[in-house]
Amino acid sequence: MTTKRAFTLYFKVLFMSEQNQHGNAATSSRRTETLQEISDIKRIMERSSRFISLSGLSGIAAGLCALVGAYIANNILKDYYIKLDRGAAETYESFTVLEVKLVTLGAIVLLAALIFAFVFTWRRARQNHLPVWDLAARKLLWNVLFPLIAGGLFVLAMLQYDEWHFVAPACLAFYGLALVNGSKYTLSDVRYLGYSEILLGLVSTQFIHAGLYFWAIGFGVLHIIYGAIMWWKYERGAGSQ
Amino acid sequence: MKNPINGLNKVFDNRIRLGVMSILVVNEQVNFNDLKQMLEVTDGNLATHLVNLEDNGYIKVYKGFVGRKTNTTYAVTKAGEKAFTDHISVLENMIKGVK
Repeated sequence: MTTKRAFTLYFKVLFMSEQNQHGNAATSSRRTETLQEISDIKRIMERSSRFISLSGLSGIAAGLCALVGAYIANNILKDYYIKLDRGAAETYESFTVLEVKLVTLGAIVLLAALIFAFVFTWRRARQNHLPVWDLAARKLLWNVLFPLIAGGLFVLAMLQYDEWHFVAPACLAFYGLALVNGSKYTLSDVRYLGYSEILLGLVSTQFIHAGLYFWAIGFGVLHIIYGAIMWWKYERGAGSQ
Repeated sequence: MKNPINGLNKVFDNRIRLGVMSILVVNEQVNFNDLKQMLEVTDGNLATHLVNLEDNGYIKVYKGFVGRKTNTTYAVTKAGEKAFTDHISVLENMIKGVK
C-alpha cells in the first residue's frame, strides 16, 4: 500500500476544502454539490485515520495526577533520607521498601491518570456523537502502548539491577517516543508533546539527582500545558452546545 | 471543450461506495464491522456496495477468521487507488473551472 501517496491525497483533499472556505459566495448548485462531496471525503478520511476525540482536559487531569504523585514521592524520599541521616535506615531492606513504595505509588498515579484521561475523552466523544472505540482509537492505542510497555519493562529491568539513576530519563524518553509514534493517529499536537518529553528526558540525564523534578515537569507540567493548548484550540465553547 | 463532469467515475456516484474508498485509501486494511460503524449503514447495504467495488476491481477482499468468527478485511487495489485519485482530480478541476 502506498501510504505516502494516500497521505498526499489526504492533504490535497484537506487543501481543497480549505479553498472552499475562502471561495466566493456566488456558487452554482453543481459546485456546492462538489464541495459537499469533497468535505464528506475529507471527514471520512480524517475520522477513519485519526482519533480526534482526545480531550485536552484528559491531559490536564493526567498532569494534575502526576503532580500530586510527585509531591507524595518527594515526601516519601524526604522521610527516607531523614531516617538515613539518623542511621536508622541504612539497610538493604529499607531501600527495597522504599523502592516498592515508589513503584506502587507510580502504578497508582498511572492508573488514576488513565482513568481521568479516559473519562474526559469519552465525554468529548459522546458530546460529538462519535464512537470512542473505533478503528482509529485501536490504532492509536496500539501504537502508543507498544513503545510504552517496552519502556516500562526497560525501567523495571533497571530497577532489578538497582540502577535508579536513569529511571526518570527513561520514563520521559520512552513516553515521548510512544507519543510521537501514536501522534500519526490522533491530533498532531500530541507529536510536539512527544518531542518535548524526549528532549526533557535527554536533558535530565545530565541532572541525575533531580530526576523527580524532571519527572514532575514532564508528566505534570507538560501535560497541563499541552492539555490546556488542545482544549483552547479544539474544545473551547464546544461544551456549551 | 470537454465537460469535466464526463470524467467523474460512475462507481463513485454512490455515497457509500465513495465512503468505502475514502476509508480504504488512508488505511491499509479495514474489516467489515469497522466500515459499517464508520459509514453508519446496514450489513446488507454495505455488502452490496462492497461486491460492486470488488467486481470493478477497486478493492481486494481477504477472508479470515478470528477464533470461529469470520473476519473479512478489505484493501484498496492499485486500480482502485488510481480511479479514486482521478475522481478527486476531476472534482478539483470542477471547482477550479467554475471559479
